[in-house]
Amino acid sequence: MTMTLRDDTVPRFPPGVKFRFDAVRAAWVVLAPERLFLPDDQAVEILKLVDGARSLGAIADDLAARFAAPRDVIAADVAAMLGDLAEKGALAL
Amino acid sequence: MTAFEPPMGLIVELTHRCPLQCPYCSNPLALERAGGELTTAEWQSVFSEAAKIGVLQLHFTGGEPTARRDLPDLVRHAAGVGLYTNIITSGVQLDDRLMAALMDAGIDHIQLSFQDVDPDNADRIAGYRGAHARKLAAAARIRSAGLPLTVNFVVHRQNIANVPRMIALAEGLGAARTEIAQVQYYGWGFKNRAALLPSRAELDQTTATVEAARARLKGRMVIDYVIPDYYARRPKSCMGGWARRFINISPSGKAMPCHAAETLPGFVFPSVRDTSLAAIWQSDPAFLRFRGTDWMPEPCQSCDRREIDWGGCRCQAFALTGDAARTDPACDLAPDHALMQLAVAERGETPADFVYRRFGANDAETPIGETVP
Repeated sequence: MTMTLRDDTVPRFPPGVKFRFDAVRAAWVVLAPERLFLPDDQAVEILKLVDGARSLGAIADDLAARFAAPRDVIAADVAAMLGDLAEKGALAL
Repeated sequence: MTAFEPPMGLIVELTHRCPLQCPYCSNPLALERAGGELTTAEWQSVFSEAAKIGVLQLHFTGGEPTARRDLPDLVRHAAGVGLYTNIITSGVQLDDRLMAALMDAGIDHIQLSFQDVDPDNADRIAGYRGAHARKLAAAARIRSAGLPLTVNFVVHRQNIANVPRMIALAEGLGAARTEIAQVQYYGWGFKNRAALLPSRAELDQTTATVEAARARLKGRMVIDYVIPDYYARRPKSCMGGWARRFINISPSGKAMPCHAAETLPGFVFPSVRDTSLAAIWQSDPAFLRFRGTDWMPEPCQSCDRREIDWGGCRCQAFALTGDAARTDPACDLAPDHALMQLAVAERGETPADFVYRRFGANDAETPIGETVP
């Protein structure tokens, strides 16, 4: 993998990618060039914190404060999920 | 009865008019004329309805969607009702003025097709002198407008040797996505199959090229790769399954589960002019005909992949066997799989001449493309 994910990496949705709530499905969706993703609940909580300003570390801190899981476990999950989405072209890192 | 899950995407063939004449065009052999096309207001009302029933992405295609002068108005309306808007274009008419109008209207993404990397061969395949140069200019416009770019190369025996250069061109153009899409053999592609189908050796070499490029470009450019069904072991999950994810609408408003479905006999497809999209999706007999797994014959019915590939492609099953309800011959478990090898054997040493995609080219000698009104 060519991307290195660090705590200070700031993820953002690139042009052409939209993360929004779909009222018909009552679910969050990621809309990207000629593909779309239906993230699970955990991924949705991570993606809601992607605003082009928060770093991976800040996202992990936020989630660790709200959910009962060790921060390093959460940080690894965040990096894995966002790295995967970036590989599919739906996130910029 | 509970409602079937909503469609993800709406594919609208705004018009069948196109300045290009590619011999593998996905449009039907019987092209629809300009006079029958839905009006601006009719399309806009379809988009509103689509958003309401849960469509997420709208794909504007054709023919050439930019042949509709109201394209920016259509994009603006679609974006306004919350749809993700995508244009699939040849790019030859995408000038600065149109690009600016599309940006102003809220376009999300543009997919630009190329016929080859070699300009002369590209223009020959497109049947349009100067097309390739215009496409390069369109790619630059899309990128400088700040939009992500997908470039699509339709690959066949008359350009397959250039796939490494196609990937290099896409990189040079700053594409975020590249489609290396082998011709799908329906409609005009089926008619020109002997002129287009590559050899097994050519395909294998291309697959290796694409796999190496994917590894090298990981995280920078996504490459979508489509192989010809004729060399597949398992059928593709055509349209993600019949009437499971998409609605395709023809220029005159005919709603179908896919763009090639009109080739199937015995179907009456509903028109959005007189039936709601919701009713079409939930209860139209044409949409229900092959939805799910109940219709499947063996070997599909008891196959553990039946909800992965959904029996493959109905239009291909019909084109090759004469029966749309048979297993797609692309599957090596299909009773008709030998038809694929026969087709490969028919391709011959040298490619046949193209039958170019033109209004009337299939039924009469009227070799003049219809002009844009």
